[in-house]
Amino acid sequence: MLEITGLHKSFAGFVAVNEVSLTVAERQIVAVIGPNGAGKSTFFNLITGHLRPDGGRVMLNGRDVTGIAPHRICALGMGRSFQLTNIFPRLTVFENVQAALLAHRGKGRDFLSRAEAMFRDETMALLASIGLASQAGTVAGVLAYGNQKQLELGIALASDPKVLLLDEPTAGMSANETHETIALLERIAEQRGLTLLFTEHDMEVVFRIAHKIAVLYQGRKLAEGAPEEVRANADVRRVYLGGHA
Amino acid sequence: MSARRIPWTLLIFLALLPLPWIGSRYQTFLGTEIAIDALFAVSLNLLLGTTGLVSFGHVAYFGIGSYVCGILMKTYGLPFVLAFPAAGLGAALFAVVFGFFCVRLTKIYFAMLTLAFSQIVWAVCFKWNAVTGGDQGIADVPFPNMHWMASLPYVGDLNINGRFYLLSLVLVAVCIAAIGQITRSPFGRMLTAIRDNRERAAFIGLNVRAYELSVFVVAGGFAGLSGALYGIFNRGVFPDYVFWPKSAEVMIMTILGGMNYFWGPTVGAFVLVWLNQEITNYTQYWPAVLGSILLILLFALPGGILGGLARGGAALRRLLAGRGDA
Ligand SMILES: Nc1ncnc2c1ncn2[C@@H]1O[C@H](COP(=O)(O)OP(=O)(O)OP(=O)(O)O)[C@@H](O)[C@H]1O
Ligand SMILES: [Mg+2]
Repeated sequence: MLEITGLHKSFAGFVAVNEVSLTVAERQIVAVIGPNGAGKSTFFNLITGHLRPDGGRVMLNGRDVTGIAPHRICALGMGRSFQLTNIFPRLTVFENVQAALLAHRGKGRDFLSRAEAMFRDETMALLASIGLASQAGTVAGVLAYGNQKQLELGIALASDPKVLLLDEPTAGMSANETHETIALLERIAEQRGLTLLFTEHDMEVVFRIAHKIAVLYQGRKLAEGAPEEVRANADVRRVYLGGHA
Repeated sequence: MSARRIPWTLLIFLALLPLPWIGSRYQTFLGTEIAIDALFAVSLNLLLGTTGLVSFGHVAYFGIGSYVCGILMKTYGLPFVLAFPAAGLGAALFAVVFGFFCVRLTKIYFAMLTLAFSQIVWAVCFKWNAVTGGDQGIADVPFPNMHWMASLPYVGDLNINGRFYLLSLVLVAVCIAAIGQITRSPFGRMLTAIRDNRERAAFIGLNVRAYELSVFVVAGGFAGLSGALYGIFNRGVFPDYVFWPKSAEVMIMTILGGMNYFWGPTVGAFVLVWLNQEITNYTQYWPAVLGSILLILLFALPGGILGGLARGGAALRRLLAGRGDA
C-alpha cells in the first residue's frame, strides 16, 4: 500500500529525517513513535507532499508520489490530520466537512449551483459518526480543542482516503475523548478498510491498536516490528519507553 | 437556514431605481458614482474577504477596463454593447497574466507584486501617448447610445444623466448578483476554505493556486466592467484611474463597510463617496478626514460598519432577552 524507502530531509545541515524506510500493508495500523523532536511530523510531511524530501522515495499503491503536491496526493487517496489542529476556523462545523466533500467529489469548480444544501445528508452522517452532529452549526474556531481534533478527522474522512496519516490524533484530548477517538478510529478503519499510519505519545493507545510500530530517534529509525518486539527491544527501552513498558 | 433568504440584490436595486425621478440631479450623479464604486469594491472583496487575498493593485483592472472601453468607444467609435464586455474581458486577460505570477507568492509578497503590476500599468498608461493619450488621457468619451430608452414608459422623460444612472444601476446589479452567486456556490465555498486555511485546503484536494488565479481573474474582470462605467461617467479616462491611491480608496471602502459581509463593500462605497462630497464642501483636507476615518475604523470598528451593526444588534437582542427573563 505505502512503501517508503530511504526518506531523507535536512534543515540547514540539521538532519531531521535520516534514511528512513517503512512499509505499510493494506489495512494495517502502524504507529510511529519517538521522543519530541525525533522527526515524526517531518516524516509525515515528507510523505504527504508538504515538504520535499532531499532523498528517498514514497510509493503509494505502486505509484511514485515522492514530492508531488499535497492536493494531488490527496486525490490519490491519502488523507491526513495535523499535529496542530488544522481546520477552517471561520466556517461552521457543517461547512468544514461539506467543503471537503465538495472538493473530493469534484464540485469545487461549480459556480452555478448553491453550495448550502449540497451533500447535506452525507455531511450530517459523517458528523454523526464523529460525534459532532449536534454542533453542526457552530463556528469551528470556537469548538473545544478535542472537538476540533475530531472535526479534523471528519475533514480527512470526507475525502474518502485509503490511507490515513494522523499526527497525534489525540493530543490535548481528555482521557475520555482520547478513548472515544481511538474507538472511533478503530471502528472506521474496520468499516472502511482503512490503512492507518499515526504518531502518538500515549503508549497505552499505541500498544493497544497498532499492528506494527516504528520507533524514530534523532531522525533515524531505531526499531520496527510488532508491538511485543518493540517493547522487548533494549535500545527502545533505553532511549524512549523507559518507565512506560 | 434557507427559509429566511432575502433577495437583497433585488430589493436594493428596486429601492434605488426611482432615484432619478425623486432625487435631484446632484443626487442622481452621486448615486451613479456610488453604484460604480460599489461594483469595484464588491469585486475587490471577492479577493479580500472571500479568499483572503490582499491585493494592493486591484486598480490595475479597473483602469484597464476604463481604458479599453474609452479607447474602443472614442478612438474606434465602437458601440457600448461591444466596448463594455470588451473592457471586462481585457481586464480579465491582464489578470490572467499578472495573476499567474502573483499567486506564486503569498501574504505581503503577493500584495507587493499586485501593487508592482498596477504601477507598471499606470506607467504605460501615463507614457503611451499614441494609444492612451498619456497624461492627458482620453477626453470626451461618449455616452452610450440611450435613445432606445425614449420609448420606455417614464424613462423617456429623463435626461441623459438619469438614463445613464439607470443603465449603470442595472449593469451593476446584474454584476453584483453574479458575484453573489459565485460567493454562494461550491466554488465560493472552496474560496472561503482557502481563506481560512491554505494548507488544509490543499489537503482536501484543492489546487490552491489554480483557485486563487481563477478568482483573481474573475475579480479583475468585474473590476474592469466597473472601470468601463467609470470612464463614461466621468466623460473621460485618465491615468489617475490606474494610480495606486485608487487601490487604497477601494480597499478602505471595503474594510469600512465590512469585508466579512457581502454587502459591506457596497455600504462602504456609499458612506465614503457621500462623506467625500459632504466634507469637501467644508474643507479641503479630505485626505486628513480619510485618515481619521481609517483610525476610527481600525480601533473602534474592527468589523466595519456592518460588523458594528451586527454586534450592536446582538447586544440589543441580549438586552431584550434579559429583560424578558426578569
Ligand atoms: N521547518 C523546519 N526548519 C528547521 N527545523 C525543523 C523544521 N521542522 C522541524 N524541524 C526540526 O526537526 C526536528 C524534528 O521535528 P519534528 O517536528 O518532525 O519532530 P516530532 O518527532 O514530530 O516531535 P514532536 O513529538 O514534538 O511532535 C526538530 O528538531 C525540529 O526542530
Ligand atoms: Mg510532531
